[in-house]
Amino acid sequence: MSVADTEIKSGGDRMAAALRDAGFAALVMFGLMALIVGVRTVDAEGKLGAEFRFDWVLIFCAAVFLGRLGVKLGIGSGVGSVLARPLGRLGGALTPYSQHIIWLGLGFSVALPFMPFADRYVIDVATAMLIYVMLGWGLNIVVGLAGLLDLGYVAFYAVGAYSYAMFAKLLGLSFWECLPLAGLMAALFGVLLGFPVLRLRGDYLAIVTLGFGEIIRIVLINWYTVTGGPNGLSGIPRPTLFGLPFTASPPDGVTSFNEFFGIDFNPTHRIIYLYFVILAMALIVNFFTNRTRRLPLGRAWEALREDEIACRALGINPTNTKLSAFAVGAMFGGFAGAFFATRQGFISPESFTFFESAIVLAIVVLGGMGSQVGVVIASFVLIVVPELFREFADYRMLFFGLGMVLIMIWRPRGLIAHREPTIRLNGGSAAK
Amino acid sequence: MAFFTQQLINGLTLGSIYGLIAIGYTMVYGIIGMINFAHGEIYMIGAFVAVIVFVLLSMIGVGSVALALVVVLLLSVLITSLYGWTIERVAYRPLRGSFRLAPLISAIGMSVFLQNYVQLSQGARVKPLAPQLPGGVVLFEQAGFAVRLSAIQVFIWVLTFVLMAVFAWLIARTALGRAQRACEQDARMAALLGIDVDRTISLTFVMGAALAAVAGVMVTLYYGVVDFFIGFLAGLKAFTAAVLGGIGSLPGAVLGGLLIGLIETFWSAYFSVEYKDVAAFVVLVLVLIFRPTGLLGKPEIEKV
Repeated sequence: MSVADTEIKSGGDRMAAALRDAGFAALVMFGLMALIVGVRTVDAEGKLGAEFRFDWVLIFCAAVFLGRLGVKLGIGSGVGSVLARPLGRLGGALTPYSQHIIWLGLGFSVALPFMPFADRYVIDVATAMLIYVMLGWGLNIVVGLAGLLDLGYVAFYAVGAYSYAMFAKLLGLSFWECLPLAGLMAALFGVLLGFPVLRLRGDYLAIVTLGFGEIIRIVLINWYTVTGGPNGLSGIPRPTLFGLPFTASPPDGVTSFNEFFGIDFNPTHRIIYLYFVILAMALIVNFFTNRTRRLPLGRAWEALREDEIACRALGINPTNTKLSAFAVGAMFGGFAGAFFATRQGFISPESFTFFESAIVLAIVVLGGMGSQVGVVIASFVLIVVPELFREFADYRMLFFGLGMVLIMIWRPRGLIAHREPTIRLNGGSAAK
Repeated sequence: MAFFTQQLINGLTLGSIYGLIAIGYTMVYGIIGMINFAHGEIYMIGAFVAVIVFVLLSMIGVGSVALALVVVLLLSVLITSLYGWTIERVAYRPLRGSFRLAPLISAIGMSVFLQNYVQLSQGARVKPLAPQLPGGVVLFEQAGFAVRLSAIQVFIWVLTFVLMAVFAWLIARTALGRAQRACEQDARMAALLGIDVDRTISLTFVMGAALAAVAGVMVTLYYGVVDFFIGFLAGLKAFTAAVLGGIGSLPGAVLGGLLIGLIETFWSAYFSVEYKDVAAFVVLVLVLIFRPTGLLGKPEIEKV
C-alpha cells in the first residue's frame, strides 16, 4: 500500500486513516455512479424523461466503503489474493497429476453423449464449448506462443464460417471437402493480413487486427449478393457420415444414417455425431500444437515472444515466423468457423462482432497464455458456467470485462493453469 | 462545388471531434506507451452525461441555452475526469512493470466492462436529444444546393482549436507539462529528480478524459443521438488519427483527426456510405506500414 500506511503508529490513527480512505473511495464511487446509474433516461411521450435510482448508487457506495475499509484494516489482503491464491495453489498441487487429469477429462468427453443426463441441450452446449476450445487453441498459438496480440481473431472465424457456407451451398461440396477448404481460406486471409502488418510493434498490431476484424464484418454486412448482408446465409448443409445424411426423410436414392444402420430416426444422432467430429478435430489440433512446440518453428515462436531483437541476431526471420503463427492460428479459427456454420445451419454478421474476439481472448488470458489445458478449463468457465446462470445473461459481458482486468492485476499468468517454460537454459529441456 | 464545400464543412466538424479524442490517446501513449483502449468509452460516457444533464436541466426548467451548455460541459468534464482517474488507478497503475501486453489486455477488459455498464444502467436503445443549439447561415447557393454552416459547427471548430492551443501551451510551458515530458523520456530518472510520476500520469489521464468529455458533449449536440456503442468506433478512428498525426504530438493528433474526418466524409459522399469505416482502417494500415512515425511524429528507436 502507500507510504502513509507505514508511518501510522497507533491503532486509533490506523482506524481514522482507514475510515478516511474508505470515505474517499465511497465518494469517488458516488461521483462515478450518481448520474450514470442514479438517473436513467427513458422515453416519455416522444422525448427523453428521467427515472431516479439513487438507492442503487447508495448500495454500491456503501459496498465500496465497507470493502475498502476491510482492505485497509487488513482483513485479508484483498479479495483477489483470497480468491486467486488457493486457485493458484490448486493449480500447482494438481500439476504432478496433470497427465491423469487430462486422460480423465478426455475419457469424460468421449463418454459424455452416453451419460444418462446427456440430452440434446447438454450435448449442444458441449459442442459450443468445444468450438470455443478450438478458437482458444488457435488464438493461443498467436497470443500465447508467438506473443502477437490479435484483436481481430473473429475475422478468421467468420471467414471459416462463410467459406464453409458458400462452398457447401454454391458448389455443393460435402462437409469433409469444405472443412479443409474453410481452414485454408482462413489461413490465406491470415497470410494476407499478416504480410503487411506483422512488422508492427505489439500494440499497433493489436489495433490493426482489430480494424481488420471490423473490415471483414462490414464487408459481410454490405456485400449482399454473396454474403446475404445482415440477413446472413441460411440453409447451410448439415454434416454427413460418409455421405449418409442425418435426416428423417432423405431425398430419393440417398440412404440416411438411421436406415443404413437399421435404427429408428433420432434427431440427437446428428448432434452426437457433430460433437464427436469436433472433439476429434480439437484433439488433432491439440496434438499438432503440442508437437509443433517442440519443432524449431515452435521454439522460434516462443523465442520471438520473449525477445525479438535477440531472435533476429540469431538468424530467425521474425516476419516469416510470425506469419506462420498467424496462418496456423487463423486456420484453426477457420475450422472452428466451419463447425459453427454447420452446427447452426445459419450464419449472419451478428455472430462475428468484436465481443466474440474479446471472449476468445478472455479464454486465452484466463487459461494462462500458452497453456493448452488452461484454455479448456477457461472455456468451461466462460461458456458452460454462464449457461447455468442464464437469468444473469445480461451481466455476462460485464463480468468478462471485469474478469480480464482483475486477472491481469492479480494473476497475469492465468488464473488456473500455470505453464512451465518449454525449455530452460540451465538444466536442459523441460518440454511438456 | 457547393456539394464539395458542404462536405468540407461536415468533414472538418467530424474531424474536430476525432481530434479532441485523439489528443487523449496521444498524451497517454506518449507518457506510458500504452494504448488506452478504454478512452473511447470515456468519450461515450461524456456523451451520456451530456444527455442526462440536458434532460435534468429541462426537467427543472432551465431555459437559457448558454447556461445549460456551461453546466453540461462542466459536469461532463468533471465526471469523465473522475472516470479517467479511477480507470488509471484501478486498472493500469497496478500493472506498471508487468509484462508488455498486460496493460493493453486490462484496457480491453475495462472497455468491455464500461460498455456493458452503461448499457445495463442506461439501456441499449439509442437516446435521442432535441437540438439544443439552433441557428446557422446559408453560405451560398448553387444549382439549388444550399451550403449551410450551422452555429454548432463553428462552435466545435473554435472549441477544438482553442483547446488544442491551451493544451499545447500547458505541455510546452507549465511545470506540469515539463513533468509530463520528463516522465515520457525517462520515468525513473524523473522520479529521482523529485517528480511525482504517479501523480503526473494520473493528471495525464484526467486531461485526456476531459478532452474526450468535450468531444462527447459536442457529438451529442451535433448529432443529437447517443448509444452505448459509439465509443468503440470513434475510439478506433481517433486512435487512427493519433497515429496518422504522429503519436505523442498534440497538433499532430488534431491534424490527424481532421484528415480522418475529411477522408471519411468525402469517402461516404463520393464513393459509398457503407464502406466509410473501412476507409479509416485502410488509412491506418497504410500509415503504419509506410510512415509509422506519422506526419508530425518523431522516429522511435526500439532499444533492448
